Amino acid sequence: MSGIPHDHYEPKTGAEKWLHSRLPIVGLLYDTIMIPTPKNLNWMWIWGIVLTFCLVLQIVTGIILVMHYTPHVDLAFASVEHIMRNVNGGHFIRYLHMNGASLFFVAVYLHIFRGLYYGSYKAPREVTWIIGMLIYLMMMGTAFMGYVLPWGQMSFWGATVITGLFGAIPFIGEPIQTWLLGGPAVDNATLNRFFSLHYLLPFVIAALVALHIWAFHTTGNNNPTGVDVRRTSKAEAEKDTVPFWPYFVIKDLFALAVIMVVFFAIVGFMPNYLGHPDNYIEANPLVTPAHIVPEWYFLPFYAILRAFTSDVWVVMFASWITGGIIDAKFFGVLAMFGAIAVMALAPWLDTSSVRSGRYRPMFKWWFALLCVDFVVLMWAGAMPAEPPYSTISLIGSAYWFAYFLVILPLLGVIEKPEPQPATIEEDFDAHYGPAKTPAE
Amino acid sequence: MLRKTGIAALAALSLSTGGAFAAGAEGHIEDVAFSFEGPFGKFDQVQLQRGLKVYTQVCAACHGMQYVPLRTLADEGGPQLPADQMRAYAAQFEVFDPELDDYRPGKPTDHFPKVTSADAPDLSLMAKKRAGFHGPYGTGISQLVNGMGGPEYIYSLMTGYQDPPECAPDDMEGSYNVAFTAGGFPEECKDAHGGHTVPGSWIAMGQPLWGDDVEYDDGTEATLEQQSKDVAAFLMWAAEPKMMARKQAGLTGVIFLTVLSVLLYLTNKRIWAPVKHRKI
Repeated sequence: MSGIPHDHYEPKTGAEKWLHSRLPIVGLLYDTIMIPTPKNLNWMWIWGIVLTFCLVLQIVTGIILVMHYTPHVDLAFASVEHIMRNVNGGHFIRYLHMNGASLFFVAVYLHIFRGLYYGSYKAPREVTWIIGMLIYLMMMGTAFMGYVLPWGQMSFWGATVITGLFGAIPFIGEPIQTWLLGGPAVDNATLNRFFSLHYLLPFVIAALVALHIWAFHTTGNNNPTGVDVRRTSKAEAEKDTVPFWPYFVIKDLFALAVIMVVFFAIVGFMPNYLGHPDNYIEANPLVTPAHIVPEWYFLPFYAILRAFTSDVWVVMFASWITGGIIDAKFFGVLAMFGAIAVMALAPWLDTSSVRSGRYRPMFKWWFALLCVDFVVLMWAGAMPAEPPYSTISLIGSAYWFAYFLVILPLLGVIEKPEPQPATIEEDFDAHYGPAKTPAE
Repeated sequence: MLRKTGIAALAALSLSTGGAFAAGAEGHIEDVAFSFEGPFGKFDQVQLQRGLKVYTQVCAACHGMQYVPLRTLADEGGPQLPADQMRAYAAQFEVFDPELDDYRPGKPTDHFPKVTSADAPDLSLMAKKRAGFHGPYGTGISQLVNGMGGPEYIYSLMTGYQDPPECAPDDMEGSYNVAFTAGGFPEECKDAHGGHTVPGSWIAMGQPLWGDDVEYDDGTEATLEQQSKDVAAFLMWAAEPKMMARKQAGLTGVIFLTVLSVLLYLTNKRIWAPVKHRKI
């Protein structure tokens, strides 16, 4: 499938030939699983497998939960308690699903930041990157709607706040919000459509994942050096790569098993640690919680949403130039979606010809600061919207945009990259030493 | 090195920022060493039975527990009442049966009654929904290290009733409680910046436990602290009845997956050895 020369599937028996001439599915699977993979991939290349596992875990546990869950405002909360108390193993399935969402986001953030550091978004992998960003957006939508289903206080008020964001769009905001909710406020219609979409979107994600894999199997994997695999001959390609099976399948499964140890410890011993206790209170439209806080994985973008208050000069300027159409609330919404949009545009914002951050001395520092910025924004997003947290959020948000819109374009021009290895083999042998006996 | 630092920082964030942060004034929460804390902690069956007695004789006067099926009182990992005692316990409730169109004695398949008075919250999940004090500074360390959670809150609430501070006006409604933060607070007890000068706030519920409110069957002295601990433990069970099964399953998973990790590590090392020019 990839442009890297390698052995293809040859049907041998009569039955294999019969099937292959009618549906070459075995060949497709063979080429997918045997794809030549750069042999110098490090441990940050394991998150793809973890993410695939998370998707399967969430779909399997989710399908079981649906068998016992009732999407109705009067019954949803009680049906979750029914799962927790009466369904055999239901409590564990639910905690797996609940914490599975957190694992999913831990993995996706590490996967995204891996891509940002090693320049995996750069040509020719822009389409892989864009599809990945779409998957991430779908994940956020799915997670948000899933969080509404238990119909606790945070479910209800989270849904109210987030759908309220659409209400901030000038002129057409309110009709859109009403259309999304299926009524003037979060109610049974909202719960039912969120349930329906929460069941649908994971399968859309699965389809996008197939495209994501197809796209990077076409271009070949990136690797920590960012140097391309040699493709002139099969013999040369084999010096840079090993087949995905068994080398990376076993490596990735080992990493997955270690991660699962931690995951099972959290599910077994502290399953509610990452959740909000208020969600064990049944939704009550008459009582607003003191602090409405989204799940941890939304916090960085929640901080960006809240950072742009009406006393920030860019907000005042935007409001003045548009004659008040863009107010602070709408500006915040634009900033939040913009923060993801600039990330999606990274392939075209990064002007450096060097892919991997390993050979970019200045980039390294700005990237490290971006990682810190992300953590700080996450923390600030959980704090009340008052000084000093609002100022910290604003500085953090400003850096996020500056990184993508100013630093990435400028660095490519002013930075002097360090020498890169000529081949992946050279990088690999620098770690493990050259072959002692000539390879056959 | 730099890359590793960045990655480590990212990895750490999943633990350092729980979704739940309690902001604003924090009440005074005592750390109690409950038997069910930690990965190996178990419910103390006798304590749960004592807590059930406190709930039945004191709390149940106002508070319901609508999500807890009565039959679970006999379940393993809970108070584990003998079946006949559980049936007798269930029978003391008058349950409306729509099929009979009349009241009948409760059956094991019925639940504890619903809330009977409007301002008394249901206690089924109280130990889980009041676990939101992620101190200090929203890091969740007290929850992680000391196992602080809902039961500590319930204990602190039960023992947190005190005489009102001097600053409070005489006509302040409710009772002063140092653990309760969601209640009314008089302007007289705030400083110039609106900060609270005394912990806690005023709670509508009058002090429910005083000491010797119940007589324990096992001869344990029914002090205020003892009863508070017992009822907190009981409510933790009511909120999380499958806790012991969950920890057991988690532990099995951890052990099994650790073994699997070791096997996969060795497999991985072996298959990569020729690629890395190493001897097996």
